[in-house]
Amino acid sequence: MLRIHCPWCGTRDESEFRYRGDAGRVRPAHEAGLASFSAHVYERANPRGWHLEWWLHVAGCRQLLKVLRHTQSHEIRWVGRAEEPAPLPEDCAP
Amino acid sequence: MGGGGHGLATAYYLATEYGIRDVAVVERGPIGLGNVGRNTTIIRSNYFLPDNIRFYEFSLKLWEGLERRLNFNAMVSQRGTLNLFHTEAQRDLMTRRANQMRLLGVDAEAVSRDEVRSLVPLVDLDNGRYPVLGGFLQPRGGTVRHDAVAWGYARGASEAGVDIIEHCEVTGLRREGARITGVETTRGPIAAEIVCLAVAGHSSVLAAMAGLTLPIESHVLQAFVTEGIKPVLDVVLTYGAGHFYVSQSDKGGLVFGGAIDGYNTYGQRGTLPMAEEVAASAVTLLPGVARLKILRQWGGVMDMTMDGSPIISRTPLAGLIFNGGWCYGGFKAIPAGGMTTAHLIARGEAHPVATHLDLARFAAGRTCDERGIGPYPYLH
Repeated sequence: MLRIHCPWCGTRDESEFRYRGDAGRVRPAHEAGLASFSAHVYERANPRGWHLEWWLHVAGCRQLLKVLRHTQSHEIRWVGRAEEPAPLPEDCAP
Repeated sequence: MGGGGHGLATAYYLATEYGIRDVAVVERGPIGLGNVGRNTTIIRSNYFLPDNIRFYEFSLKLWEGLERRLNFNAMVSQRGTLNLFHTEAQRDLMTRRANQMRLLGVDAEAVSRDEVRSLVPLVDLDNGRYPVLGGFLQPRGGTVRHDAVAWGYARGASEAGVDIIEHCEVTGLRREGARITGVETTRGPIAAEIVCLAVAGHSSVLAAMAGLTLPIESHVLQAFVTEGIKPVLDVVLTYGAGHFYVSQSDKGGLVFGGAIDGYNTYGQRGTLPMAEEVAASAVTLLPGVARLKILRQWGGVMDMTMDGSPIISRTPLAGLIFNGGWCYGGFKAIPAGGMTTAHLIARGEAHPVATHLDLARFAAGRTCDERGIGPYPYLH
């Protein structure tokens, strides 16, 4: 059971949340071209290590949270609001 | 790379079907300790998209002759897979799938509610919330003893001249420009004309060594076994109102599983919320199992692709072939995955039943999305 510290609601069980995937992806510029958009939609860094990801607090405040979690140990190092820049460790994939 | 089901089967078919015996399988640990030994042992070809039906039916046919071919008892048991439906809309969808299968010559039979009762008396047809309206049976579906699959292919490959090197972890890929020329391992370098990546679960980590980013996320899928009981279930049964599938092993334990936990992970273990959901599905469908004790629970790391279908393909790097992205359908696909990957390596072109599984399909907009979900691997 993951315990996620929601900035609005406090620490809650993972079952209150819905996973929404990799939060490290940035939408390419409008004129970036088909290859960039295809990579944006389909490719994932999928690191074995620190991963910045979206979690929706669907059974709580319904806010979208940014979570920095380790994909091997499941340790959660940081939780922030959607627009907050995450403090990325050096070994975190961009 | 990878001494699991697909790696060993690829080596076996390379040596026995395509006459290429100069093959080494390198494996980080002992063979067969990854997903080939972590699944719920189900084989079937009841898919919906024609390309997928052809591929998995090719696999099912290979399963049917596998033990004779390998001279190894893999306990292939075609006891039938029975999918239940609980709403009229679900019945229509399953009818469409069954018709699609029959058009392609694959067995599928509609099963009435009364027939479900006689096939599986254990099912609570009138469970309060999701009454069972009927089902569809693929009589040729069933189970296979998964360890025997790894051992059978390994022995067959080894006898045909393949080197299987255990406890040999790949630490890097040798590269000259845009061509892969071999691998670096913990036991020294190996030069190779062609390197095949067959390490589903960890594909992204190894592909990153070659500078490739894949359309894959890694997720954990759990499985469970109960204590052994007398025979109560002689088909593979799936629940339509949740994600739950169950069969009874020859030792008597109920073997079952559900959906992936749902977030990126490389941990070969599951967490409790999904275990609870799977147990709730089990008890809703089969109230009689409520007091059984779960003996073992384990997890396997799945390559989840962006369309829920696997990848057997060349890569942007010459000499590097990719077999992966099996989502949680890798076990049943082992014979076909091995044969088609061997074909791609030997002939330099895709096997006729695997042309739709190339890596380029994503950028080209011809994804093979069985459930119409889109690029959300955690939902597939």
